[in-house]
Amino acid sequence: MTPLEFRDPTRARELRQALDRVVSEIGRSPVAVMHVCGSHEQAIARFGLRAAFPKGLDVIMGPGCPVCVTDQPEIDEGVALARQGVRIATYGDMLRVPGTAGSLADAQAAGARIDVVYSVAQAVDLAHETDEEVVFFATGFETTAVATAAVIAAGVPVNFSVLSAHKYIPPVMEIVAEMPGTRVEGFLAAGHAATITGSRIFEPFVARHHLPVVVAGFEPLDILAALVKLTEMIRDGVAEVVNLFPRCVTPDGNRHAQELLWRVFQPIGGRWRGIAHVPNGNLRLRDEWAHVDARQRFRIDVAALWNGAPSTLVRQCICGNIMSGIASPHDCALFGNACVPDAPVGACMVSSEGTCRIWHEYGGIPELGEPTCRFCQ
Amino acid sequence: MCLGVPGLVVECDELSALVDFWGVRRRVRLDLADEPVAPGDYVLNHVGFVIRRIPAADVQTTLAMYEELVKANTGSGPVDLMAADVLGEIEAGRAGRAGGTGQ
Amino acid sequence: MPLLPVTDERIMLKHGAGGRAMHRLIHDAVLGAFREDVETPGVIGLTALDDGAAIRIGDRWLVLTTDSHVIQPPFFPGGDIGRLAICGTVNDLAMMGATEILGLTCSVIIEEGFPRRDFDRILASMRAACLEAGATVVAGDTKVMGKGEIDGIVINTSGIGMTSHVITDRGLSAGDRIIVTGTLGDHGMAVMAMRHGLALDVTLVSDVAPINGLIRAAIDAEPGAITAMKDATRGGVAGVLHEMATKGHVGIVIDEAALPVRSETRGISELVGIDPLLVANEGKAVMAVRPDAAARVLTALRAHPLGADAAIVGICTADHLGMVVLDTGFGRRLVTEPDGELLPRIC
Repeated sequence: MTPLEFRDPTRARELRQALDRVVSEIGRSPVAVMHVCGSHEQAIARFGLRAAFPKGLDVIMGPGCPVCVTDQPEIDEGVALARQGVRIATYGDMLRVPGTAGSLADAQAAGARIDVVYSVAQAVDLAHETDEEVVFFATGFETTAVATAAVIAAGVPVNFSVLSAHKYIPPVMEIVAEMPGTRVEGFLAAGHAATITGSRIFEPFVARHHLPVVVAGFEPLDILAALVKLTEMIRDGVAEVVNLFPRCVTPDGNRHAQELLWRVFQPIGGRWRGIAHVPNGNLRLRDEWAHVDARQRFRIDVAALWNGAPSTLVRQCICGNIMSGIASPHDCALFGNACVPDAPVGACMVSSEGTCRIWHEYGGIPELGEPTCRFCQ
Repeated sequence: MCLGVPGLVVECDELSALVDFWGVRRRVRLDLADEPVAPGDYVLNHVGFVIRRIPAADVQTTLAMYEELVKANTGSGPVDLMAADVLGEIEAGRAGRAGGTGQ
Repeated sequence: MPLLPVTDERIMLKHGAGGRAMHRLIHDAVLGAFREDVETPGVIGLTALDDGAAIRIGDRWLVLTTDSHVIQPPFFPGGDIGRLAICGTVNDLAMMGATEILGLTCSVIIEEGFPRRDFDRILASMRAACLEAGATVVAGDTKVMGKGEIDGIVINTSGIGMTSHVITDRGLSAGDRIIVTGTLGDHGMAVMAMRHGLALDVTLVSDVAPINGLIRAAIDAEPGAITAMKDATRGGVAGVLHEMATKGHVGIVIDEAALPVRSETRGISELVGIDPLLVANEGKAVMAVRPDAAARVLTALRAHPLGADAAIVGICTADHLGMVVLDTGFGRRLVTEPDGELLPRIC
């Protein structure tokens, strides 16, 4: 199997036509649906799908970029540790996200030891190869948190510890569904997270809010088909959980991974950047793993980083509203002038999956004309 | 939510598997796999860990579902996509991944 | 209008990465320092920010270029810093139309403790590249710095050539076809895979090669048909296209399915989430060609060993001036502008 089956342009065109038809049958415009996954937004942007969606359909990106929702104090913890001389291993996405007083990249430029890794297992290997302390700055949603749980459960060297900023997605869907002013009539659920948690986990949400949920994959056909199904349900007034990613998602999910996740982590309430408090939205190490918890091992001096109130710019940042789907990047006074990828103010501009970054890079919803057939021989 | 990539298991032991992604091979860990994997299986990899064994039949099931969505909403069915053709491609992919298609 | 001046207090890695930040630094700092109040006639100079400078001498142009090479690790699959240094300069001259090289210089700065064996290997590699290009090193310099004061070895090469017809990076018109001379992203992906220890069982290989012969074949096939040309080093093909569209005041539309990409390169790019369009090449050029001549130029490129995978991948338009649009087959989007060091994306 290659994903190419799911990138067939002919099938994509047919699904687009189907989507056009269903959306026009809904009879009101625009209809807004939301996805809560940075990778969905990346896929939509990368394949130019936004230019292909019907004009009457708004596909809004919700708070699904884990980099964007990592709160400034959490980044400050990582930066403070780095400045205290501790070696930090981090996923590349987090390197340039600004906290209250700079990013890990800034700390690196000032002499701190930062290693970019693509797997937590690589960070553990680093710890095996050295005597110095290695702290893994653990970011990402549950799909990524299970990998952290796996290495911890398997046993790590004594000089390795974890600074957990992992997040858990299902609670934030509740928050968005209950936000005043929300226009969202249905959700696309993230297929990879659901591979772990299962599709059944959305049933209470659907029952409570009477909003349909479709679990979707990440190839062009997956996204288009999921939108057809979702808008069908909106048209027909149906609220159900539909799994359109059965090749990876089952109703109960990956039980083994879930068991590992909850053995190592517990959900606690916490602030998501721009979204205020999310009950059970943060994942922290359980007490029995205190010996690998960087917050227990080190005294992290964040106060040393803070020398005043947040800058004026930060106060004008509306990333929170953008992540909740209430505003778009063009509504932000800073977007494209004071807040650009080279000099980001908010996390939405830093992360490769941040709405603002994607809009800036890919052109938002550009009027670029219809896709043509091959014109190059 | 990030970068789950499907690949083909070339060889494996209890702890890890050598997986072929688009013609590139990487070793990934099996700590999180939901079922035992064997050479010839398709798996979903995320940050260096297998998180799902993908049953080949599900690809066909999914494509059939998508065809249904199209049929339900455009009146006529799609151009005959020849399900056997799809299965043939899957089989060819399993049998040998020489060279890659380049696209 | 920006609310804060976007000046950086420190030079960061992104300032050398070939993207927006580097261009801003060059524009603000470097051009600011060296700009002439009056443009000298008969000189295509610093302000043009082309692959090289060109100075008219009689009815011909002397082309001049310089480059420093700091790549780590110094040895990588498919080449080394020495080969990179020679090819980089030869190719920059070729991009201006100077495919016959009059001479090269080579300055090295070496860290104390650098193995003599490695230095000899690098020199041998440079010699081999010179032979391939038909070029000679005629002048140089050697310095040694203390351990830890410089990273391994840094090589600077300069080159001069002559041509009767300078090819700039900005002569595009609507209707011109965009041609790439071969597969994209091989060098950058190979180096990144090695640098980040991506534990691949398949080795990606750099494409580093002198392409002056290849370009000569394209020019000879149809003199004057190439309206703009650049080699796609740091910043990749995306960076080159953005520069050409901006300087040439055209829009560019690229057909994604037409882009030649090796399956190994595509594989690693899918894995780490980095678009091959953004990745450095060291043996590939992007050219805009008059529509009536495109097929002949393509045939000439494909007949050359280094151009076997050349392809027409896009077209210049009078719409979306300064923008580069990608037709994905599913829709359209803007091609990202390269920005900073590319990092594997996992989350």
